[in-house]
Amino acid sequence: MNRIKQKLQEDHKLLSIYFTAGFPDIDDTEKIITDLEKSGVDFIEIGLPFSDPLADGPTIQESSTRALKNGMTTEKLFSQLKDIREKVEIPLIIMGYFNPMLQYGVEKFCKKCQECGIDGLIIPDLPVDVYHEDYKELFESYGLINVFLITPQTPDDRIRYIDSVSDGFIYMVSSASVTGSTSGFGEETRKYFKRIHDLNLNNPQIVGFGIKDQETFEQATEYAKGAIIGSAFIKHLEKHGVEKTSEFVENVKALT
Amino acid sequence: MNMSYQVDEKGYYGEFGGAFIPEMLYPNVEELRSRYLDIMKEESFQKEFKDLLRDYVGRPTPLYYAKRFSEKYGTKVYLKREDLCHTGAHKVNNTIGQILMAQKLGKKRIIAETGAGQHGVATATVCALMGMECIVYMGEIDIDRQAPNVARMKMLGAKVVPARSGSKTLKDATNEAIRDWINNPVDTHYIIGSVVGPHPYPDMVARFQAVISEEIQNQLQEKEGRKDPDYVVACVGGGSNAAGAYYHYLDNPEVGIIAVEAAGKGIDSGESAATSALGKTGIIHGSKTLLMQTGDGQITEPYSISAGLDYPGVGPMHANLFRSGRGEFISITDEAAMKAGLELAKLEGIIPAIETSHALAIFEGRKFEKDDIVVINLSGRGDKDLNTYIDYFNL
Repeated sequence: MNRIKQKLQEDHKLLSIYFTAGFPDIDDTEKIITDLEKSGVDFIEIGLPFSDPLADGPTIQESSTRALKNGMTTEKLFSQLKDIREKVEIPLIIMGYFNPMLQYGVEKFCKKCQECGIDGLIIPDLPVDVYHEDYKELFESYGLINVFLITPQTPDDRIRYIDSVSDGFIYMVSSASVTGSTSGFGEETRKYFKRIHDLNLNNPQIVGFGIKDQETFEQATEYAKGAIIGSAFIKHLEKHGVEKTSEFVENVKALT
Repeated sequence: MNMSYQVDEKGYYGEFGGAFIPEMLYPNVEELRSRYLDIMKEESFQKEFKDLLRDYVGRPTPLYYAKRFSEKYGTKVYLKREDLCHTGAHKVNNTIGQILMAQKLGKKRIIAETGAGQHGVATATVCALMGMECIVYMGEIDIDRQAPNVARMKMLGAKVVPARSGSKTLKDATNEAIRDWINNPVDTHYIIGSVVGPHPYPDMVARFQAVISEEIQNQLQEKEGRKDPDYVVACVGGGSNAAGAYYHYLDNPEVGIIAVEAAGKGIDSGESAATSALGKTGIIHGSKTLLMQTGDGQITEPYSISAGLDYPGVGPMHANLFRSGRGEFISITDEAAMKAGLELAKLEGIIPAIETSHALAIFEGRKFEKDDIVVINLSGRGDKDLNTYIDYFNL
């Protein structure tokens, strides 16, 4: 069974961390991944940097720019991940924009993912209908779960459609925003979390965008299965380097 | 085979186009997609659009027979005078259309991207006209380079926000505008300035600009007793003036379509914006199109002396015209364009925008028959480029 699906069956709230591969230094990928697992993170999103990350805020745009300057490429990332399965067991997801995958060759990309032990993909600018028509079979043949986003503005019928195409979890964007831009969740957001919960979807939801500490993690997972932290961890790496990953994770997980 | 070069019902031109957008943008883009054609067909919309184009923009713009220019190159050249539009370029045709669209959609807040500032000014203008809030994203580097247009936008009441991410130019301004739209999904309309972006933008902008080819047909009928020229020529950055000039001729194989791109310092110089020559199929700003990029799929920064042509992609309509062979694509260097701009000034008393000068420059290399009727879309006037002309020619 796909590691993501297995993980989703565990009886606790899941914490996922995103980082941009190639940031702060080009060769930090393996250390960040292994330290995150040791710290008790449930699964990891590995960001494949892109020059024009539309759905991301300034923090991830900046880490992506730095990663590219450091020389990160698709090929380089796969070479760093080649033996990663000898070191970590938790699910690994690659999060990236579609153009670099298109240039690499979508099938070759999927094949490499499978060889490295990648379990899923998050591609914000690959729309669900295009995926459904053109890529679903391909991704599935390489054992990859593709994760779709929903937002507070996504109509219910579309959420149901996305749920029907999904096979793992749904990435629930906490608010109308790019990554890294909110400060705590208000009443509206919590109503939205509940509304989605009450739809009783087939796929569990993992909340992302705006989660940065224990408090926001607790709020986000009141109804959802788990939450993803991205920009806050990038800021932590920027400030403290790669040696203090466990501190960051402990701060979020203190009471969970 | 019934081949059309117009958009199909799924939002594609051949293999190009579509809407490769993050889910956060879906409700906005879908609202626009499901309603734009119906709104454009409404009588009240048509009337308002046409009235404003006539009374505010100053349409129809003349179709002018350039006698001395024609004599020099031994063919019949007509200039479609979009430079005489209010604000100095064709851009305003689209912003008038889109501000009316925004009103019909009940939007209160307008955002736009701009490179050289022409589309920003055209957007700020219509927002002033309608009393709507206007935020224009502009690369930090462009803000420094294009101070007069920044001042114009401010006079018109727009807020100019510097894009500080990435390369700090047009593509980054577009990214920032898209991010703004993600952050403000309910009350905001994004006025894209060219035939780029996710479906329905390329088609909607082309339809608003199509007033250009519609007028060419009528005016040529009057002057030459035929509505079809042998060739229509336009410069292409994103491609909105070209889309407007070609629109009614797209599916008429008797009319040759010539697209002129900026070669910058030369196609192989590493400083160029000739997307058809240098680009590969990719995705930029929600559209699958030809795109200048690294082998790794990172979008590269184009170069041209004209700020309006240095977009790393090209509208999907044009990508299809290129790929299918329907359009003839020519690239023109900075040097050739500057010379052609100066030449038009001396031969016809018209100082063109440097973007437009690229289209004028093809006659040195591309020969036409004596009886050919060639319409060049004179997309903008050169006032904004005076400093560049001054520096280049030591005027």
